[in-house]
Amino acid sequence: MTPTQVTGEVLSIRRVGDYHQLTVVAAGVAEQVKPGHFVALAVGGETSAHLLRRAFSVYRTQDRGVYGGTVEIVFAEHGAGTRWLTQVRPHDSLDVVGPLGKPFALPKEPVTCTLVGGGYGSAPLFTLAEQLRERGCRVDFVLGAATEARLFGVLEAKRMSQSVAVTTEDGTLGERGRVTDVLPALLDRTGSDVVYACGPMGMLAAVADLAARFGAHSQCAVEEAMACGIGVCMTCVLPVIGDDGVTRMVRSCVDGPVFRGDRVRWAEVGTVPADTWGAPAVEASQR
Amino acid sequence: MTRLTRVIAPEAASRQLPDVDMSTDLAGTTLPNPVMTASGCAGYGRELDQFFDITALGAVVTKSIMLQPRAGRPTPRMAETPSGMLNSIGLQGPGIDQFIERDLRWLEERGARVIVSIAGGAADEYVRLAQRLRHSSAVTGIEVNISCPNVENRGLVFACDPLASSTVVEGVRRNSAPGVPVFAKLSPDVTDIVAIARACVDAGADGLAMINTLLGVVIDTETMRPHLGGVTGGLSGPAVRPVAVRAVWQVHQAMPEVPIIGMGGIRTGEDAFEFILAGASAVEVGTTVFNDPSAPQRVSHELQEVLGARGFTALSDAVGHAHRPRESRA
Repeated sequence: MTPTQVTGEVLSIRRVGDYHQLTVVAAGVAEQVKPGHFVALAVGGETSAHLLRRAFSVYRTQDRGVYGGTVEIVFAEHGAGTRWLTQVRPHDSLDVVGPLGKPFALPKEPVTCTLVGGGYGSAPLFTLAEQLRERGCRVDFVLGAATEARLFGVLEAKRMSQSVAVTTEDGTLGERGRVTDVLPALLDRTGSDVVYACGPMGMLAAVADLAARFGAHSQCAVEEAMACGIGVCMTCVLPVIGDDGVTRMVRSCVDGPVFRGDRVRWAEVGTVPADTWGAPAVEASQR
Repeated sequence: MTRLTRVIAPEAASRQLPDVDMSTDLAGTTLPNPVMTASGCAGYGRELDQFFDITALGAVVTKSIMLQPRAGRPTPRMAETPSGMLNSIGLQGPGIDQFIERDLRWLEERGARVIVSIAGGAADEYVRLAQRLRHSSAVTGIEVNISCPNVENRGLVFACDPLASSTVVEGVRRNSAPGVPVFAKLSPDVTDIVAIARACVDAGADGLAMINTLLGVVIDTETMRPHLGGVTGGLSGPAVRPVAVRAVWQVHQAMPEVPIIGMGGIRTGEDAFEFILAGASAVEVGTTVFNDPSAPQRVSHELQEVLGARGFTALSDAVGHAHRPRESRA
């Protein structure tokens, strides 16, 4: 896979609940995407005052003949950059860089998999589910959000899985509560071998912990703030334990966004743990 | 020596660039192209090489390297600001040994010219870094980062003090290979940048690189606390460009013979041209890379176009052009 920068063309944009679903023609990018990859979009046009790229995990890709491949993303309006993105219209140009990051690792055996999505974090899980099923895996979904309008892909999940458990914090759909309220029973019932998760950091931490408790592997796609998405800005780091047992501040854009859940030091995200490679031991004692 | 080879990117030909001699002389070292990456915005070159041919650049200026591995500051490490950003990375890096064995070796094998940016907490650290790099054939130049704002003690920003600056620069110059130019990277957060520049040149700096980021703070109005994990950060991007052009202008006016590498918010070839006119002999493209990973190559092409459009046949003729007296009208 080679990340590619292309001037894409918006094919469509539409509202889905509280979210926006954007399809952009991005030949050269789409063909290379695997589940868990993301793209980084420039926002605001050529003279934009918003310089930093916005990173979005890829919902799905399609080959649409003469235009080349299309990439679809799902996003929420958070600030000025995503607000601009809600206002693009078909035929507008969009600067796309991708695919980026490390995708979900797929099992070699036909194992039992649970896919957990928080909010629009579920977006990359559907192509993942397709590929898992092609490998003969059993797939169960857990989708959670604050409210019904912030769930994404419940019907789609039902079409491609053994079961879908839905939670909302306000009880507007499914069980009232969080994904971690229903996950233990599901893991217990299915004996899941692998848990795949994408969503807010707090959810991922809890899911990784539950997976470990039930003896399952976990693959978590993190959402860290990024400036570039390509590995040069060093802003999206988090403490992750390497194969050698050493904790390093690693870039979620190129070393992630998918990490083994048991390797991320979730409770210490946002800090530099004292035993991290190159941690400022001297400076700390001076403070 | 690869550093003297003229390399033309494949798309340069298709773009039909005007015939302008883009080579530039930096204290006796000739670069085929004046556009480089800015330290800290291009890693060690590998990532950007996926988007364009980094060997076509004047040089890759690597992220500041220190003696020891360094984990950097906690997140959040950045905040977007109007036409810019604050960063608070804290010089995360692998340390000089791994840098030389892995990153510098890769750059050399790739055939890129390399200006190595070095940073330290004390003057003797800079000396030891220079000594480690002295025998490397991969080093085209050294940029001495004496102005990183993301250190715990503001008093440790050498570039805020002429004496501290000259101590570091003198040590690096004395311990670097004779033919390898040493550039002192200056901070704009000083009362008189010309005084600091002069101290660096008197201490043996072959040239100056300016500007580093400006110290800033962003407060999150929801949490009502500083947004950055490190509280303060360095401001960069087009927002700082006039400050950078001013710094280049002042220093070139005071010391027109000293080569300057100009940087600060360069987004287009026109922006780069502005620095050249102010007195820079070369430019670095930094924060814009986050927006457009192929920006260094694009800026290079655009600079060549604007030079041609203004009637220049050689970049060197445009250096400091804005300082010339207006021709009297007949």
